[in-house]
Amino acid sequence: MSAIPNGAAAPPFATHSIRLSLNGQDRQLDVLPWTTLLDLLREQLDLVGSKKGCDHGQCGACTVLRDGKRVNACLTLAVMCDGAELTTVEGLADGDVLHPMQQAFIKHDAFQCGYCTPGQICSAVGLANEGRAHDTAQIQELMSGNLCRCGAYSNIRDAIEEALPACRAKGGEQ
Amino acid sequence: MNPFQYSKPADVHEAVHLSSAASRFIAGGTNLLDLMKENLTRPEHLIDITGLPLREVKETASGGVMIGALVSNADLAWHPLIEQRYPLLSQAILAGASPQLRNMASTGGNLLQRTRCYYFYDASVPCNKREPGSGCPARDGLNRIHAILGASTHCVATHPSDMCVALAALEAIVHVQGRDGARTIVFADFHRLPGDAPERDNQLADDELITAVELPAAGFAEYSHYLKIRDRASYAFALVSVAAALDLSGPAIREARLALGGVAHKPWRDNAVEQWLEGRAATHETFCAAADMLLQKAEPLEHNAFKVKLAREAIVRALSDAARGGQAR
Ligand SMILES: Cc1cc2nc3c(=O)[nH]c(=O)nc-3n(C[C@H](O)[C@H](O)[C@H](O)COP(=O)(O)OP(=O)(O)OC[C@H]3O[C@@H](n4cnc5c(N)ncnc54)[C@H](O)[C@@H]3O)c2cc1C
Ligand code: SF4
Ligand code: FES
Ligand code: FES
Repeated sequence: MSAIPNGAAAPPFATHSIRLSLNGQDRQLDVLPWTTLLDLLREQLDLVGSKKGCDHGQCGACTVLRDGKRVNACLTLAVMCDGAELTTVEGLADGDVLHPMQQAFIKHDAFQCGYCTPGQICSAVGLANEGRAHDTAQIQELMSGNLCRCGAYSNIRDAIEEALPACRAKGGEQ
Repeated sequence: MNPFQYSKPADVHEAVHLSSAASRFIAGGTNLLDLMKENLTRPEHLIDITGLPLREVKETASGGVMIGALVSNADLAWHPLIEQRYPLLSQAILAGASPQLRNMASTGGNLLQRTRCYYFYDASVPCNKREPGSGCPARDGLNRIHAILGASTHCVATHPSDMCVALAALEAIVHVQGRDGARTIVFADFHRLPGDAPERDNQLADDELITAVELPAAGFAEYSHYLKIRDRASYAFALVSVAAALDLSGPAIREARLALGGVAHKPWRDNAVEQWLEGRAATHETFCAAADMLLQKAEPLEHNAFKVKLAREAIVRALSDAARGGQAR
């Protein structure tokens, strides 16, 4: 991507062309500088799994994986994702085979309304990739970036606790 | 968010030369984009610095550690050098924000995050920090989360960072690059008290880029502790936080470092108290006396008198935990 110089010749608000890998597919996209990754996913690419809860980094509903690390898509500019490898909740399953974290959420009924769930699941996969949660208390602390207004926390925690070993075995795939 | 131009320079020189009064650097974006969404700041040009080669954590010749400005808060907290030699810094970072935000947030950006004063965040009301001279509704308004030390009639806001409280205790050095060259700023001088210019949080000039934060060799790894008190157990800003670090010889304190968060416009240190601690025994009585001495200067507002008591207990507990070997949380 070329930098726009301060010079007068540059169009004031140009779109920028970015390339990224999204759920395993290479994509080339034209984005305006002020479009967030969350708006790009939801409004332009029709990937509405990632949710807009607060739009300010406070709830985690927009959590996606960037190069395997969990981030808030609402506070990420799409233009700054040039070259990134992104995984949203839509990209976790392998065809019809759910990701172990998705399976565990179903088994443990780890949701009520489901609004926070895509963010919870992506965050939990990021947690597994980090390899820093070794007991229940650590899971709770390291999942604190994902709020659940329905209060399904205990089931979410149980699901994650069960799925962590299988996710680690999958080994940083996402 | 307002429309803006976007550039992504490849080196530090280009970045500082692109900058102007109407531009902002963007790193993690976790504070800047939040402020832009609220229309509290409207830069015409964002300079994306994430392509700059400032991602290293490496040992210095003098036995310290140099942290590149773009090292993420998560990578820093979990870096083996930091975990082993500066556990106080790891603890402070991990006490802040959320795992997602720590993956995004940068070392430089963390230093420059702005206050969480409710009035600062509400563009419909006056605020001296946002619009110099417009007034400070917090002083006589809701001021439960505001400062008890070092405030002015113009502003009673607090600095929200946890990481910076540990960096203050560790006497970090901030490396910056401007158009006219590079300089270093000792941490105690980096952030400002509000005085009559609360719009300025720190000493950085518009064209200056933070390139690195340097930790001196002394990491107080054996006897240090970060204690954060907040309204919920996790993912909330500090009401009061304490970074305590001791160098002990038997029961005697050889050196003490004590920095407070959530109580002032900058991480709060009191050199007189630290010096008073030196040579004394690391006992509960000593720590109580030190806390009382530090808080003598406290000037609480209508809703935050509780912070004085809270800070006293937090100081005593953090120093006691540090003296016991730190890791007990
Ligand atoms: C919901 C929420 C909760 C949070 N809770 C906490 C908490 O409990 N404790 C805590 O400490 N923090 C907390 N934070 C704040 C978070 O730590 C900061 O937003 C983050 O550290 C800022 O880093 P960044 O890289 O994202 O900065 P950016 O948003 O990219 O930039 C912030 C400012 O710094 C400038 N800047 C960035 N890098 C440089 C550089 N190298 N040189 C010069 N200027 C630069 C930018 O121009 C901008 O003005 C929270 C944030 C959110 C959204
Ligand atoms: S305390 Fe400072 S930031 Fe808050 S309203 Fe007053 S001037 Fe603004
Ligand atoms: S929508 Fe991004 S954190 Fe709430
Ligand atoms: S299931 Fe409803 S918000 Fe979590």
